[in-house]
Amino acid sequence: MGFINYIKRLFRSRPDVQQLPQGSISVNHEGLIITCTVSSAYSKALLGEIGSEVLVLFREARAAQMPLTEVSIHYGSFLVTARELRGGALIFLLPQSALIQLPT
Amino acid sequence: METPYKILILDDEADWLELCRDIFAQLPSKPEIRTCTSSPRALGMLDSEPFRLLILDLKMPRMDGLQVLSVVRRRYPELRTIVLSGLEEEELRSRAYALGADLFWLKNDMQRDSKMFMDCLESLLGRDTNGGFRGIQSKGLMDIIQLECLSRSSTVLRITRGPLVGRLWFQNGELFDAEAEGARGEVAFRRILAWKSGTFENMPAEPGREHTITKSINALLLESAQTMDENANPSSETQFIDARHRNTVWKLALLVREGAEFVIAVPPEGQGEPEALGTQSTDMAGWTRHTTEIARRLGDKVEAGPLLHLTARSLEKRLVVLSAGNRSFLVGWSQDVTDQKMLENSKRIVASWDS
Repeated sequence: MGFINYIKRLFRSRPDVQQLPQGSISVNHEGLIITCTVSSAYSKALLGEIGSEVLVLFREARAAQMPLTEVSIHYGSFLVTARELRGGALIFLLPQSALIQLPT
Repeated sequence: METPYKILILDDEADWLELCRDIFAQLPSKPEIRTCTSSPRALGMLDSEPFRLLILDLKMPRMDGLQVLSVVRRRYPELRTIVLSGLEEEELRSRAYALGADLFWLKNDMQRDSKMFMDCLESLLGRDTNGGFRGIQSKGLMDIIQLECLSRSSTVLRITRGPLVGRLWFQNGELFDAEAEGARGEVAFRRILAWKSGTFENMPAEPGREHTITKSINALLLESAQTMDENANPSSETQFIDARHRNTVWKLALLVREGAEFVIAVPPEGQGEPEALGTQSTDMAGWTRHTTEIARRLGDKVEAGPLLHLTARSLEKRLVVLSAGNRSFLVGWSQDVTDQKMLENSKRIVASWDS
């Protein structure tokens, strides 16, 4: 039993690997998620944060006299593309692997 | 009859190994070619028999190419090494050279410039093991150029700084041509000398190339050093204004050359004013700074890896946000620019900004 408990502890102590979200979400002008095609296993709170931050980008650009229609944020392993949608936004989330060419 | 040199090729793709075996078998020195698909086995082979050259991939399971390089450099200092990678990342190139690789070549380039690659390979195989040190570090470009001249080398020095690539042609220690950022001759030489850091590699000489530089290397180096010194430490108010004026003109020329409409260089909050060229408006400076912060914060939360860049589209313009050091850069483009050109040229502008 002691050995089995040891194995259980070993597996429990592994850090969680967070998967990157894949799919699209649309948010209204208040940042509420209206539609979502991302797996339900992914944290809704985190998706909400992505939506809110993207809205801030669009809002601040408008305030700086440069209203934007599209923003793409390129990370080492992830691409976020957001289109402005009457105060809200349609956001595409696309994980990237090292061997896939990132679209510009 | 001389014993042929042995080459060991390490790559986890068997088809690629077959292709390399066929290509390298055509070398004039007719080397004996061995292949291997795993790093531990390759180290075992190096232990059991003497090889002249190791050609290795970087991306491999269990033990990657950089790990193999560091072991090989320690255990077999005489072994020549070539990194043949499919990954076009400047950081990997720098790390490979820092670990003592003799040559870093992209697999695509090898297929495209196969003749030049074969020349480099043959030259590495034939190089005398008794002469020459490797692993030059902490040396400025001026030192390296002077070394090439003093040793009366005939070579092409390929210098890379991020997306910028420059070439210097030497024949018997005389610099006779330079090329960088679309310029040739002395102008290109001065541009290359202004780069503060980067990597360099020696390519085979091209004696048939047209001569565009006639001044002696000492005169060129002296002129460049004086100009850089005057720009960095202006001794009077007039010199200070001249240096600033030259700097602005140079940056505007850079902007025009790359085809961008405007650039705003934004320092962190409280560390100076934004520098804008091509636009009167600095409203976007605050947006650029805040956007970079938001994008970094979002990347950390999602665990998406480092922020590479951000692109945006308005009704009139296209924008690229890039970071370099502690500053963010906003580069504005017209609507009709292609994605690739916009990104590559923006990177070049940012890399050249402080030159």
